[in-house]
Amino acid sequence: MKNQVTLTPTARFNFKKAGQQFLANNAVTIMFVVLSLTAFRISGMNATLYLTDIISRISRNTFLVLSLIIPVLAGMGLNFSIVLGAMAAQAVIIFVFHWGVAGFPGILLCIVLATPLAAGLGYLTGKLFNKTKGQEMITGLILGFFAAGWYHFIFLQLVGSKIIPMDNPILILSYGVGIRTTVDLSLAGLKYGLDGVFRLPLTVVVIIACGLWLVYQIVHFLKSPRTRTDITRVAVCGALSLALVVWAVVTMSGTSLIKNVQVPVATWLAIIGLCLFISLLSKTKLGQDLRSVGQDRHVAAVAGIPVDKVRITAIVLSTVLASWGHVIFLQNMGAFSTYGSYEQVGMYSIAAILIGGATVTKATVGQALLGVFLFHTLFIVSPAAGRQLFGDAQVGEYFRVFVAYGVIGATLALHAWKHLVQSRQRLEELES
Amino acid sequence: MYKKITDFIQYFGVARLIILGFFLFLCVMAVALNLDFAELFSSSLVRIGMNGVLVLAMLPAISSGIGPNFGVSLGILAGLIGALMAIELRLDGYVAFFGAIGFALPFAALVGLGYGWLLNRVKGSEMMLATFVGFSAVSVMKIAWLILPFNNPEMAWPIGRGVRVTIALDNRQLAQLLNKTLAFEIGNVVIPTGLLAFFLLCCALMWVFMRTKTGVAMRAAGDNPRFATAAGINVDRHRIIGTVVSTILGAIGILVFAQSYGFLQLYEGPMFMPFVAVAAILIGGASIKKASIAHVIIGTFLFQATLVVAMPVANAFTADMASMAEISRIIIQNGIILYALTQTRGE
Repeated sequence: MKNQVTLTPTARFNFKKAGQQFLANNAVTIMFVVLSLTAFRISGMNATLYLTDIISRISRNTFLVLSLIIPVLAGMGLNFSIVLGAMAAQAVIIFVFHWGVAGFPGILLCIVLATPLAAGLGYLTGKLFNKTKGQEMITGLILGFFAAGWYHFIFLQLVGSKIIPMDNPILILSYGVGIRTTVDLSLAGLKYGLDGVFRLPLTVVVIIACGLWLVYQIVHFLKSPRTRTDITRVAVCGALSLALVVWAVVTMSGTSLIKNVQVPVATWLAIIGLCLFISLLSKTKLGQDLRSVGQDRHVAAVAGIPVDKVRITAIVLSTVLASWGHVIFLQNMGAFSTYGSYEQVGMYSIAAILIGGATVTKATVGQALLGVFLFHTLFIVSPAAGRQLFGDAQVGEYFRVFVAYGVIGATLALHAWKHLVQSRQRLEELES
Repeated sequence: MYKKITDFIQYFGVARLIILGFFLFLCVMAVALNLDFAELFSSSLVRIGMNGVLVLAMLPAISSGIGPNFGVSLGILAGLIGALMAIELRLDGYVAFFGAIGFALPFAALVGLGYGWLLNRVKGSEMMLATFVGFSAVSVMKIAWLILPFNNPEMAWPIGRGVRVTIALDNRQLAQLLNKTLAFEIGNVVIPTGLLAFFLLCCALMWVFMRTKTGVAMRAAGDNPRFATAAGINVDRHRIIGTVVSTILGAIGILVFAQSYGFLQLYEGPMFMPFVAVAAILIGGASIKKASIAHVIIGTFLFQATLVVAMPVANAFTADMASMAEISRIIIQNGIILYALTQTRGE
């Protein structure tokens, strides 16, 4: 007892202060956890339906959201120009549809062809961003609209005409020029081209994941000095994974419909691959350069880093990843609106990563994953919650759109405000 | 000589030159296709009058230093609320028009105050923030249009609740109210006197305002904030004044627009309107930091006339002329905004 008292001033963890800091740093995320839980309770939604939907949405959207991280590292903010990657993906998919390459080979072909197209667009975007340093986000947003004009021009006016001939009554509008407003990928066998490669029940995936996690933790533990915290950690992990495995086994043998929920393993492997790539990137030379450019362009330039080139690389990577992400997105959706699908991609992906706790200057894989989960939970439950609360599902639908815009606006405002206050403080310190 | 030409291009702006060239090309095509010039000119005049006030709303914003007001949709929403209140009270004609302005003003001023306060806290990223404030406000109002207690059957859905997506104005004698006032014809060209007079009156009032003490201080605050502070001008206060005036003009602007169009457009309607206005003033020669009334008038004319002529010319080449006209609008509009962004040279 006496020991503890003497330790207090230095070693005791200051719960109040840490708690306040945690609240301040994660305000957006915490608000969304509360909001999602409340909306979920109000909606009275069935757990199986919710699980099926959320798994499909997570596998659909995560890759796209992850594509936002690299430009944030490079200090270029949230990359609204990922819609260009999405347009590249749609353009390629339309042609692969036309050539009739179906299934997984079709998806592979889309990825192969979308890469150079997205890289080219990304290069041009990077060049433009280098001319508008400090205003990358608004430039990216407007660039998305601008590119949409050209996309419309190509696919509504040129495709099917003499300039880009395409004779395909399923794709082309009845008067012979222009792509139809919706493209149904199931007609070309592209739907679930990646998802359908290999599926496992959720319960099995949970058991495998828990097993791998446990093995990783034990190996980690054996290498560690085996202090008290190490023992606690491995014990907690063991208990958690055991509980999850028990849940999975019980569900498997029980009557609950959750046992029928399937996971598209190939898509999840692609997502895990990208997560690893982004985590490993920070250990490479390029990753270091990205980070130094992100911290301070001028210092980086003095240190001999080719700032403009690094910035272009970041945007090219992001655009290419976004094009792959959009291919994954569309093969899961199974149909897309030719002149609309890409539009929401930027806005919703950015809202998702921000909800996960990312800011204009900091974004991690974990934030992206959490954000996708929370954002889509709200998306699934809000129409039902709106119907329960206002007697009108429309209210819920409008509400979720507002949430997407509102969260982007609020995060930008908070960030800009913080930045302003910090620079003012620095100025005052200099003066005094 | 070569240097003179490059200097001129530099001064005039490449993007602006391309748009002017495109406009001239369209005019030549219109002559070649034997299109009815009187009709094209008449509809250009109407489009200038109906969009002019919204474009004018950009001027105080740019002058006071917050940049092109991508969030003018706040003003537009206030204007729409004013119009709905006028219709709910079953006002007619000019009473309805000025009544709507009267109802909208307090909303616009109040919202403008808050918005200006916010913009003062995010100096350096005003454009991005303004855009998302606008988007958020439009989506909040989508919910409000469903919930607000408007009951006049002219605008409420017959079943269910909420107001309609588009509301016709001819029941209240509001449709083309200004356009028809004192309108006359020269040859086959119809001059919408009332509409143009209202726009020019707004321009004249703005011209006077810019030369009052407040206006001059506001311009100084926008031009060089540090210098203005040193001269004893409260920069933040004048930025708020600029924002409020811009928001109010946005509210009046949408009413002028709607009466000429003949319909109020709610829900998605105001979402992308600010971009049209921003593009117009930039085409007229304004930059993100500098603008004048001449830029407003020239820009509105060039942008709207291009769109008016583009439609029938496109008709001669493509089966889908409506989309072709829309495509050229999107490309011109966003192209000029991008160009203006590249001219600021970063922070």
